[in-house]
Amino acid sequence: MTAPSPTNPVLPEQSGFVVELEQFSGPLDLLLHLIREDELDITDLPIAKIADQFLAVINELGLNQAADYLEMAARLLRIKAQLLLPRRLGDDEWEDPRSELVRRLLEYQQIRELVGWLQQAATRRAEQLGRGYAPPSPELPPAPLEIELNDLLAAAERVIALIPEPMLHRVVPRPLDVEGATARIQALLVAQEEFGWSDVVGARPSVVDVLSAFISLLELAKRGALRLAQPAPFAPVVIRRESPREAA
Amino acid sequence: MSPLAKLLEAALFAASRPLTLEELATLGPEAAGEGEGEAEAETRAALAELRGAWAGEDHGIELVEIAGGWQFLTRREYAEPIERAQFALRPRRLSPAALETLAIVAYRQPVGRLEVDEIRGVDSEAVLDKLVERGLIEIVSRGEGLGRPLLYGTTPQFLEILGLKGLDQLPRLDELSVALRPPAPAEPE
Repeated sequence: MTAPSPTNPVLPEQSGFVVELEQFSGPLDLLLHLIREDELDITDLPIAKIADQFLAVINELGLNQAADYLEMAARLLRIKAQLLLPRRLGDDEWEDPRSELVRRLLEYQQIRELVGWLQQAATRRAEQLGRGYAPPSPELPPAPLEIELNDLLAAAERVIALIPEPMLHRVVPRPLDVEGATARIQALLVAQEEFGWSDVVGARPSVVDVLSAFISLLELAKRGALRLAQPAPFAPVVIRRESPREAA
Repeated sequence: MSPLAKLLEAALFAASRPLTLEELATLGPEAAGEGEGEAEAETRAALAELRGAWAGEDHGIELVEIAGGWQFLTRREYAEPIERAQFALRPRRLSPAALETLAIVAYRQPVGRLEVDEIRGVDSEAVLDKLVERGLIEIVSRGEGLGRPLLYGTTPQFLEILGLKGLDQLPRLDELSVALRPPAPAEPE
């Protein structure tokens, strides 16, 4: 047999709990790690001690959110509680509450031993290269197309017809001229006590003119330079000079 | 070398996977007229001759029995420089989670996801899916229980990446340092 001999997978030496989540492939792995670290007897587990350690580590590693680890923590605490219950003397029915966990731990330990073996076998196998690593492609190459030019063009037209009309937006830079509008309005305020919206923007205003004038009107109203009024819904806006006296 | 050995050599060179004895036995020119057993015996002899021809220090490759078949592989000492020159890549290493799952499937096959979850203590669905994707395990049947769960088993590809001739080359459970009672039936919670 050319395969490597079985060995135990070796966990790196740890001082304290500076461990990565990736290092444990599950709660059983973590338990085994704790057991090995303290050189505990797996068949006679000090459950209270191991339960406390387990809880401490999963808190430390932030694993207390992971369902698998939480389930194990709950299991450990239940076993701990069961061990604390008084036992009737001569109770032959009593079964060690740890036995199921111990069985699973041993089983898992065996799997870890096999993992070490498989890893060595795979590493050894990887030292030999086969011809090309491309996976064999069982598919045959596609048969050459038998098609007339006209058919091809018709097919292309059908495909093109299916393409939806593209939605294009033209973005044109048209900066608002709020300052210009403000200057215009202030000039009007000096000349007239009251004037209308059309006096500000003219007869055929562009969108930019409307926006600039509107922003500047709001700004001036906020500053208290004018008052905006609209007698009825959709009626023309009336702009009135706000005199300091009136405001006071 | 005999004509059959040379034919096998050509076939093994052309194939990029291990070829089984049965596959190779179909190559022989006289195979049609002969009994199956006879063709296989001749093929076996020719394979031994071919392996002998490539054994020894004179070649960079050797004929290896692997995954139930035969394949030409480079000698171990050349993997490193070949890889360094990027002419070929070693397969990606498997994660501990993947190896755990593979070990369980290999020893318990056909095995369902629940049993794998139970042994590993974590949900293994994603790992199983990934191993199926890599062709290392496959769905071999459906279980009897509730919902007729999918049962997984290993593939020849599994043997190939480990360099094993067959599953019987895996260590026997009683050879492991951890003694274990036979798997108990699932206990009620």
